[in-house]
Amino acid sequence: MSGLFEEIHEQADTDVPKRRVGITVNGTRRVADIEPRLLLAHLLRQGFGLTGTHTGCDTTNCGACTVLYDGKPIKSCTMLAVQADGHEVTTVEGLAGPSELHPIQEGFKDEHGLQCGFCTPGMMLAAKALLEENPDPTEDEVRWALSGNLCRCTGYQNIVKSVLWAAKKMRAESA
Amino acid sequence: MYPSRFRYEAPRSIDEAIALLQEGGGEAKVLAGGQSLVPLLKLRFASPELLVDINNLPGLDYHMVDADGTIRIGALCRHAQLERSKILAERQPTMAAAAPLVADPIVRNRGTLVGSLCHADPQGDWASVVTALGGHVVAQGSKGKRSIPIADFVSGPFQNALDYDEIAVEAVIPAPKGKVSGGYLKLERRVGDFATAGVAVSVERSENVVTRAGIALTGVGGATIDATDAAQALVGGPLTGDSIRQAAELAAQAARPRTDHRGSAEYKRHIVRTFVERILTRVDQPNGRAA
Repeated sequence: MSGLFEEIHEQADTDVPKRRVGITVNGTRRVADIEPRLLLAHLLRQGFGLTGTHTGCDTTNCGACTVLYDGKPIKSCTMLAVQADGHEVTTVEGLAGPSELHPIQEGFKDEHGLQCGFCTPGMMLAAKALLEENPDPTEDEVRWALSGNLCRCTGYQNIVKSVLWAAKKMRAESA
Repeated sequence: MYPSRFRYEAPRSIDEAIALLQEGGGEAKVLAGGQSLVPLLKLRFASPELLVDINNLPGLDYHMVDADGTIRIGALCRHAQLERSKILAERQPTMAAAAPLVADPIVRNRGTLVGSLCHADPQGDWASVVTALGGHVVAQGSKGKRSIPIADFVSGPFQNALDYDEIAVEAVIPAPKGKVSGGYLKLERRVGDFATAGVAVSVERSENVVTRAGIALTGVGGATIDATDAAQALVGGPLTGDSIRQAAELAAQAARPRTDHRGSAEYKRHIVRTFVERILTRVDQPNGRAA
């Protein structure tokens, strides 16, 4: 734990008790003592070192901080970390094993679904939730599902293609 | 951006939650979906001493229909549940049309209808929808439960009628008398932006005669606008081209838009007129979900 995360610890008033939370992050139970005002995005990044979760706008607009909370995509800059106590969180690091790529990650690679890559983790997690609910989405359904995630460089064409590529591959794998 | 410090409690029962609000003595805030409150905390527009997280309260994540057709939405029912709801798709076209237009898909997984009513943002979609449908909010506090009609519940921009120790536990949409139709249309620059203009319309008809109508406007005034004159113009006769045009004109007159970066006042008024006409014209078309 480093930087900003610890700084808040040091400045904490004694009358604001820290809370011990236990969160299952990418399948591993993690425990931390936190101030209730700490945001989930910051616990993941500064607390647990999972910097794949990006904070872009910090105002619930861009979706770069999207993680799966009990399987559903949420914006982790807009949830208190203390609320995740007892829940499961999946970040982009949890999509596949250390030396593997999830089909969605392969899709983004194959179809050039990223340029700077800042929005990519959020896009991929939103896509994961979509494909679990709807394994064979239309282009329109992909665009709809990703409409809470903003990309500022490539435009959305290749991102949508990447998700459709992944959907096809995942259908083939499960067939 | 970090919120100011606060004490956080996540009670497991409604009584415990109300006791905490009493203890907070007006310096406590209720946290449900948090999609408006957490941004406000981060901007420090809100700095409560105590945050009462109601997400662990059991039995509030429902939406259901009573035998008589009354629809009830619990305080922890997320927008996404309403977006996927068979009940709304079959029975409540205005709500079914609005649900997919609230915020964006990620926010809809977390935000709640009841929370949106409590937040009382003049740009909020649900306040207009519930106004058009003549709904009310059930509040529970130390003195028990009470029903508050939506017009009284939303007491001003970002203001609601709850006492400091009350929690809005349910929104109620009364059963329609006759066949209900309607829709919700919203113009936004992009998904998740505040509405340039939004219009909620509901009509109830018996033997083709309109027995009740509601029209409410989003984002075109300092508060949600209940366009009662426009709605009244529809009641007592069938929907005709003339009655629809008249209602649309009256709704446009009821709007109080301001010129800003989203468009001129006249443009927004025009959108209101167009949306009312569009929704009412489409309700009788085959597979006519107007939105």
